Amino acid sequence: MADIKLPAGKVEELKEVCKKLGNEGGELINALHAAQELFGYLPAEVQELVANEMNVSVAHVYGVVTFYSFFSMIPKGEHPISICMGTACYVRGAEKVLDEFKRHLDVKVGETTPDGKFSISCLRCVGACGLAPVVTVGDKVYGRVAAEDVKGILEEYK
Amino acid sequence: MAKYKNHILVCGGTGCRASQGEEIVQNLGKVIEENSLENEVQVVRTGCFGFCEKGPVVKMVPDNTFYVQVTPEDATEIVSEHLVKGRKVERLLYTDPETQERVSESKDMGFYKKQIRIALRNCGFINPENIDEYIARDGYAALGKVLTELTPEEAIKVIIDSGLRGRGGGGFPTGLKWDITRKVEAEQKYVVCNADEGDPGAFMDRSILEGDPHAVLEAMAINGYCTGASKGLIYIRAEYPLAISRLKIAINQAREYGLLGEDIFGTGFSFDVELRYGAGAFVCGEETSLIHSMEGLRGEPTVKPPFPSESGYKGMPTNVNNVETYANIPVIILEGAEWFSSIGTEKSKGTKVFALAGKVNNVGLIEVPMGTSLREVIFDIGGGIKDGKKFKAVQTGGPSGGCLTEKHLDIPIDYDNLLACGSMMGSGGMIVMDEDDCMVSVAKFYLDFTVEESCGKCAPCRIGNKRLYEMLDKLTEGKGTEEDLTLLRNLSNVIKDTSLCGLGQTSPNPVLSTMENFADEYEAHVRHGKCPAGQCKSLMQYVIEAEKCIGCTLCSRVCPVDAITGDKKEPHLISQETCIKCGACYEKCKFGAISIQ
Ligand SMILES: Cc1cc2nc3c(=O)[nH]c(=O)nc-3n(C[C@H](O)[C@H](O)[C@H](O)COP(=O)(O)O)c2cc1C
Ligand code: SF4
Repeated sequence: MADIKLPAGKVEELKEVCKKLGNEGGELINALHAAQELFGYLPAEVQELVANEMNVSVAHVYGVVTFYSFFSMIPKGEHPISICMGTACYVRGAEKVLDEFKRHLDVKVGETTPDGKFSISCLRCVGACGLAPVVTVGDKVYGRVAAEDVKGILEEYK
Repeated sequence: MAKYKNHILVCGGTGCRASQGEEIVQNLGKVIEENSLENEVQVVRTGCFGFCEKGPVVKMVPDNTFYVQVTPEDATEIVSEHLVKGRKVERLLYTDPETQERVSESKDMGFYKKQIRIALRNCGFINPENIDEYIARDGYAALGKVLTELTPEEAIKVIIDSGLRGRGGGGFPTGLKWDITRKVEAEQKYVVCNADEGDPGAFMDRSILEGDPHAVLEAMAINGYCTGASKGLIYIRAEYPLAISRLKIAINQAREYGLLGEDIFGTGFSFDVELRYGAGAFVCGEETSLIHSMEGLRGEPTVKPPFPSESGYKGMPTNVNNVETYANIPVIILEGAEWFSSIGTEKSKGTKVFALAGKVNNVGLIEVPMGTSLREVIFDIGGGIKDGKKFKAVQTGGPSGGCLTEKHLDIPIDYDNLLACGSMMGSGGMIVMDEDDCMVSVAKFYLDFTVEESCGKCAPCRIGNKRLYEMLDKLTEGKGTEEDLTLLRNLSNVIKDTSLCGLGQTSPNPVLSTMENFADEYEAHVRHGKCPAGQCKSLMQYVIEAEKCIGCTLCSRVCPVDAITGDKKEPHLISQETCIKCGACYEKCKFGAISIQ
């Protein structure tokens, strides 16, 4: 596998977290949460590192990472866009909004634009159903979004 | 708390925070200081008030004035008018849609009239980050009573007699579950709170954790005493950062007060709680998957028995209950089984919290006695259908539930009645749909969810649901045949009968219930290649009626792909090749000139 090119400081920090978790396989999911927080995503090198620290096989780590949708193996865009696809948003037109984002950015769900600026993902219910359909860009929440608002939202980040 | 004359309660739930709730709190603080009122007025961030549609909500105490749709800029007027001059800010009061009168207290609003708040008793009343406020409302009194006055058997008997059933979906009698866990002998037992809330469009559990975290901690400790467990674990979705942070604060405060930890109330009973995070897998709401996930494994379910109560976390007896189930416990202990069982229907006692959403006027979090009818929920509390459209269906039970229709509106809601109509209680999501929703597409939407969330362990669910999805997709493309309908029904039944866990066993419900209740709609797709609701893109197009179009150009300006052409004051035309069927023009046209064909 590829040489580890991870920033040494973060590697140390992750090792420290794993130690606090007792270097024990039962805490794997907490370790992966911490790793994703640190590195932004979970590339193969990070998975190997976690496997070593938590005393489980790399295959086991890979199995867990791919099982849970919260864990991602590709870096997110600078401005990660999430479209809520919960039922409440769906019946209020979230699909049309998603289509607009896909069309404007020319990427699919789960992908990042080539310039690394935007990525699109779907999530299931942020719990702001009163504002449906809901879109989040980074930490900012947009409520009652319509297809024609999409262009304007993207402009804010260009 | 006593030293302040006035309190301003600002909703700090996720929904209101998303619409600048935090800025409102800050601005209020600033204006209060400018008016030198900081020793008289306290601003409190509470949990969800429930009336999310009209959020952000601000409530003035003691006079209970209820301001809706408040913006940060309104802070000045609230302070200068309401607090300084003692005059209500009329324009921020709720307007009754029927009488057009301003209503200033929540108890007089249609949205609140039929509600009884047990599980949500503290949401919107207290500051969830301050344990003293919880204690001031009898918090931890139930734990004290159980530890000092009752044996575990006696406490369990109260819960059994109350008739409380699990609010996580299954409806298993809670007291009975506790008793089973109590009877198993083991060195270590665990108490788990299931806060995975995977049903998309449901936010009951999250609102309880955000608004009243101590209620859940107290109930878990009571459960620990009853079952003989000294460790509690809360499995919570990582997507709920606010709930997580409030829980962490609550756990620390409870430890400081000696309400969690060693030797609670000097009784020798020890109990502590830790958090475990989910990572976005719906199936982890199922209790055996949840336990595997807490053990650091892939969250795949295993066959029951053994039930977690016998062999769960690390092979030890583990009592799993839902957040809302827990939130009911302290009140039941204090008020008694008889009081609780006097509310509700014969077999379903107490209340149920629903997240009412979709095409209904008052989206929000509601709590009603079991036995309330769907009509009362949707029309009296929910204020009817948005934009004067016609009611079509209501979906309960999320991806495991079904779509009910007009004829079910007067059935009293309880576990057994909903099951009998082909849906289920589920965790409490309730999505209202109107005439514009296509039921075949709705079934497809849920199957899309199931296919994505199936863990893949067993074939009927992994492969069967995918095939169901493909068939539904074919129908929405107008390519379905009569044979597909038969196949759809047969395969649904096979998946229900042969899947390993509850996910697969219920996943065909949205298909079966829509086929049963909206048979004509399925037939229209198959026989006539038509989507009566005009939702299926392949089966419809937007057309401008030349006689009605006055050439205002609004539609051509909103069209994102410039598919609409036409000169000012001349009828416009939509190019069907370019149109992406986003419907933007349809929604904007003020003259009803655009129709769906
Ligand atoms: C696919 C699936 C998803 C579930 N999701 C949840 C959930 O999100 N929250 C929950 O409390 N129970 C959920 N359950 C039910 C749990 O398995 C379990 O019955 C419940 O947590 C028990 O608590 P209760 O008796 O208090 O309801 C789910 C079950 C299945 C089959
Ligand atoms: S029914 Fe579905 S979710 Fe449940 S075990 Fe089988 S494949 Fe997994």
